[in-house]
Amino acid sequence: MSGVLQDEKDAVGTRPQIKRSSLRLYDLIPTGTLGLRTRRTRAVLSALGIAIGIASMVAVLGVTRSSESHLLGQLDRLGTNLLTVVNGDDLGGTEVELPATAAPMLRRISGVLAVAPTAQISTARVYRNDQIPTGQTGGLAVRTTDASLLATLQGSLKLGRFLTAADAPVTVLGHDVAKQLGIVRLDAGTRVWLGGHWFTVAGVLDPFTLAPEIDRSALISFAAAKELLDYDGAPSRIYVRTDPDQVTQVADLLAGTANPANSFQVKASRPSDALTAQIAVKQSAGALFLGLGAIALLVGAIGIANVMVISVLERRAEIGLRRTLGATRMHIAAQFLTESLVLSALGGLGGVLIGSGVTVVLAMAQDWGIAIPPAAIGGGFGVAIVSGVFAGLYPAMRAAALSPTDALRTTGG
Amino acid sequence: MTVLELRDVRKIYPGEPPVESVRGVSLAVEAGEMIAIRGASGSGKSTLLHLMAGLDRPTSGSVRLDGQHVELLTDLQLAGLRAWRVGVVFQQFFLLEALTAVENVASGLLYRGIPARQRRAAAVEALERVGLAHRMHHRATKLSGGERQRVAIARAVVGRPAIVFADEPTGNLDSAKGGEILSIMRELNEEGTTLVVVTHEERVAAACQRCIELRDGVVVS
Repeated sequence: MSGVLQDEKDAVGTRPQIKRSSLRLYDLIPTGTLGLRTRRTRAVLSALGIAIGIASMVAVLGVTRSSESHLLGQLDRLGTNLLTVVNGDDLGGTEVELPATAAPMLRRISGVLAVAPTAQISTARVYRNDQIPTGQTGGLAVRTTDASLLATLQGSLKLGRFLTAADAPVTVLGHDVAKQLGIVRLDAGTRVWLGGHWFTVAGVLDPFTLAPEIDRSALISFAAAKELLDYDGAPSRIYVRTDPDQVTQVADLLAGTANPANSFQVKASRPSDALTAQIAVKQSAGALFLGLGAIALLVGAIGIANVMVISVLERRAEIGLRRTLGATRMHIAAQFLTESLVLSALGGLGGVLIGSGVTVVLAMAQDWGIAIPPAAIGGGFGVAIVSGVFAGLYPAMRAAALSPTDALRTTGG
Repeated sequence: MTVLELRDVRKIYPGEPPVESVRGVSLAVEAGEMIAIRGASGSGKSTLLHLMAGLDRPTSGSVRLDGQHVELLTDLQLAGLRAWRVGVVFQQFFLLEALTAVENVASGLLYRGIPARQRRAAAVEALERVGLAHRMHHRATKLSGGERQRVAIARAVVGRPAIVFADEPTGNLDSAKGGEILSIMRELNEEGTTLVVVTHEERVAAACQRCIELRDGVVVS
């Protein structure tokens, strides 16, 4: 004990050196968390305020990033080098014809890798069988095309095979058509009633994200369309796959090449733009929710400040005692600041965990990859700490400003 | 050797009208003494205790505590003096309720910046001195009033300060428990602890070697 405690002989002499009072750094945490351990419910509730704020911010960033990476992955897979050429729609949404020469002309543009002409046959409809009343089409279309479509769209078949040049009354169904007509497997006798003729179903396609109109179409060959449905050979929608580096140059040339006589009527578009726009929308919605999360965090921080102010008022006697035991003003301030920091750190940790959990659950439910930006986790925790400092500063100053005698006098005596 | 010396100490609280609760007190406490400062409530004895223990500075006059002039010290120096050289026992005990008896006693050394293990060892020893070693690991809330005051006394003496002040140490206890506390304080004094007890009880004053009577902020005997 003698090395630690004051030696008697120090007291001799008129003005001995005064030893400094000091608080060890590793004593600060137990000292600072004493109030939290005494009032656990209050501590949990006030940390919850911060946790909700941080959780919403992390979840917003995580969910936005996950869905974004899902869309970006889709974009990567589908490519941004697919263009469509349409000669405008009429008021009913039916595609108007392009000149018959459009497809061969488009193939000559440099940078074009593949071209697939298609034509919607507005006079024909597809039904499950000949008993379905005319007109109950379910919004399904009949479209004629050739073997180049599958290659140009880089699509794949779910069942069966695609159209070949020799096919007569054979159809390949888009994904939604097969689903709507209830065709889940194929055999030699699987037929649909199309334009007043029986067509054997040769195959079913996988969905096309960039060409949803194909999903809702029953595809037949040009030969069959000409022979059975009086098709005149003019395309109404042409898909163009370009060199990825020359997309814009090719896009500028499409309208004039496809229909030199009426180029202003032609619409050339890039279906991947819709996905890009979706990403932008998600990002701006994310910014909005991030703002809401920040407000929740602010409310949480005010909650901590409020609890800390009350705690200082309630613990005047403890402050007086600690000053009597030799605590300096700084020690008192550090104690209360530690308390608010621990509260906000716990809240921040809880918030990051909850936010990440929400992201994981949502991403799994939507079948996205899980992508939580590390900046959201680090930033969320950092923001919690900073708000803890701000929330604790004022109460800590008040506690430190209290004189020992005032602090002691308020209780009893 | 003089541990505490007051010379014409006055304390005036500003206000309308200003309150002069200590009006020119002079006294001296020698090392190893056990003295009582007795007075009715309102006689200024609590203020005097705060001044003697270095918790407050006098408006005028001088307080020499452990060789230091309290009125000349900075806040930081005063905190150091309290941490190393002064122990105080309060009427309301002021234990930290979340802590056990031994942790409460060890907190008496918290602001000396010494390692926790050494604080604990000293606390165990101090609890033994007040006869409470068997209640060491009980929470403060589980202790009786007399036991709490013994913990508070152990906390005041754990660092072997130059002087220990007690403010109505038996005020919240029944006479049997109060008697126990008194005898513990006498034992500590016999072991060499310098003690100043502020009280209004005749019985407590009688247990001390010397009694200073205070009335209306002045020493009357």
